[in-house]
Amino acid sequence: MAVPDVKEKWSAIVNTVTIGATSEQGGTRSSTVTVGGAGGLGALSFEGPLGNRPAIAVEVWDIGGDTLPLALQEVYGDSLNSAADWAKKAVEFGAEMICLKLQGTHPDGGDRSAQQACDDVKAVLEAVGVPLIVWGCGVNDKDNEVLPRCCHTASGENCIFGTITEKNYRTLVAACLADKHKILAESPLDINIAKQVNILASDVGFALENIVIFPTTASLGYGLEYVYSIMERSRLAALTGDKLLQQPVLCNVGFEAWRAKEARGSDEEVPGFGPAQKRGPLWEATTATNLFQSGADIFVMRHPEAIRMLNESLDEYYGPRQG
Amino acid sequence: MYVIGELINGMFSNVKKAIQEKDGQVIQDLAKAQADAGAYALDVNVGPASRDAVGAMLWLVENIRKVSDIPVAIDNAKWEVMQEIIPQVPGEKIINSSKADEDLLDKYVPLAVANNASLIGLTLDQAGVPNDVDKRVELAAAILTKCAEHGLDVGKLFIDPIILPVNVAPQQADNVLRSLEQMKMLSDPAPHFLLGLSNLSQNCANRSLINRVYLAMARGSGLDAAILDPLDSELMDVAITTDLLCGATIYCDSFLEAARSK
Repeated sequence: MAVPDVKEKWSAIVNTVTIGATSEQGGTRSSTVTVGGAGGLGALSFEGPLGNRPAIAVEVWDIGGDTLPLALQEVYGDSLNSAADWAKKAVEFGAEMICLKLQGTHPDGGDRSAQQACDDVKAVLEAVGVPLIVWGCGVNDKDNEVLPRCCHTASGENCIFGTITEKNYRTLVAACLADKHKILAESPLDINIAKQVNILASDVGFALENIVIFPTTASLGYGLEYVYSIMERSRLAALTGDKLLQQPVLCNVGFEAWRAKEARGSDEEVPGFGPAQKRGPLWEATTATNLFQSGADIFVMRHPEAIRMLNESLDEYYGPRQG
Repeated sequence: MYVIGELINGMFSNVKKAIQEKDGQVIQDLAKAQADAGAYALDVNVGPASRDAVGAMLWLVENIRKVSDIPVAIDNAKWEVMQEIIPQVPGEKIINSSKADEDLLDKYVPLAVANNASLIGLTLDQAGVPNDVDKRVELAAAILTKCAEHGLDVGKLFIDPIILPVNVAPQQADNVLRSLEQMKMLSDPAPHFLLGLSNLSQNCANRSLINRVYLAMARGSGLDAAILDPLDSELMDVAITTDLLCGATIYCDSFLEAARSK
């Protein structure tokens, strides 16, 4: 009996989104990143085009680097004291984008001002040539005060700003429209809300082609299989023509992986788990490669060894990284 | 739900007048309105409006093409007319329709294949519309067999089990539902299943209500396409909601709006 052909045929592809702008494009970036374009499920190259190689962004904070797990502090060293130095180090480690998290603007975590945040954005833009993702602290009122000003500071640089949610989207959408940035649309691992946030942004005039979905995620061992099923359902809807779910997907890998005790626990805290300097990066890289198969287009990473391992996996599908 | 708009038909007085007076604007407006309302394709039928069935049909298509590249369902019962028109229709097209007699399918299916057209096959033969479920299913199987024989992709086939007015043939609405349930088991992947929905409520009161309820019932039995009035917004909302409830689309709070802006 012949082996049945189980290949699926898809009728649509994931949107292509470009982040960053060079001087010819009105910005100051030395490189840009283009993601999306997949015409099949992650890694299933026989069903449709794989699309663009997923991009690796590296997480940089405005303040608070000294609270990172030791395994990370060891590799970043003193650079953690300034967002600009941290960003430079991240580029050395292979960052194609910098994901600047303005967590110091949180009212309970530093309460830095909009002006300070703008200075941080400016310093990172000057320190590195890669495109930027700028991420607020998650407190709506504060984000609505800080992010529009940061949008303006980075005007012309074609960054991604995030996040908008079902309950808070108008202010950031307006700012990103005015200063021509992409937007990160957040939903709490809920495909219905992911779709709803996109239609809300679209209703107030933001093009669906300029949105990146942030579905929130989990790490290996903490519900990754549920994340996979949600991302897969979303991608299946995209591939069968749902324009409200055809956006590339960003996964916050480093944040999730390094929350797990298997990654962050020191050798004294979790004896028998193996050396922290190997264990953490492995946890992060394994989480990332799983999310690649779920359809992730942008990975926000932390440890250089995890970045190296992820790149090695991606090379198998896309060939060696260009540039 | 693959909605085929029914409003460009010479049976309607506005279209009849437009054909006779060569008023292309009327046709263009109807095409645009139906496409904007969510139709995926447009049925085109000259009806009693002109003796020159070929010329009038091509004129209608030409006017639709001025405003939209939407697929057109060329609706005519005569083989000679269909044979002449189909090769001249630009863009995506659907042959509407062939009966299930073998000799007819041997002509219509190759015409569809040769012109990369889809085909609507009626479960109806020279003996007329079947009165029962079994005959409908048998004729659907005959259509599928002929499509396989002549190489028409099953995705390009719409099987129409024929719905009759509920005031005239009260048992047929239920027969069609039972037929759909059986017909969808005939092949994997299955073809599309389609109804000319408005026929169900001809000369009835509460037509829109009857159409709406039956569309939902038939969707549950396997229907995935219908020729209907896309400007009936309540009916279109039912079509959108059946897509959701059959798992064809993903829910969000604005699901009606999301589907309308497709």
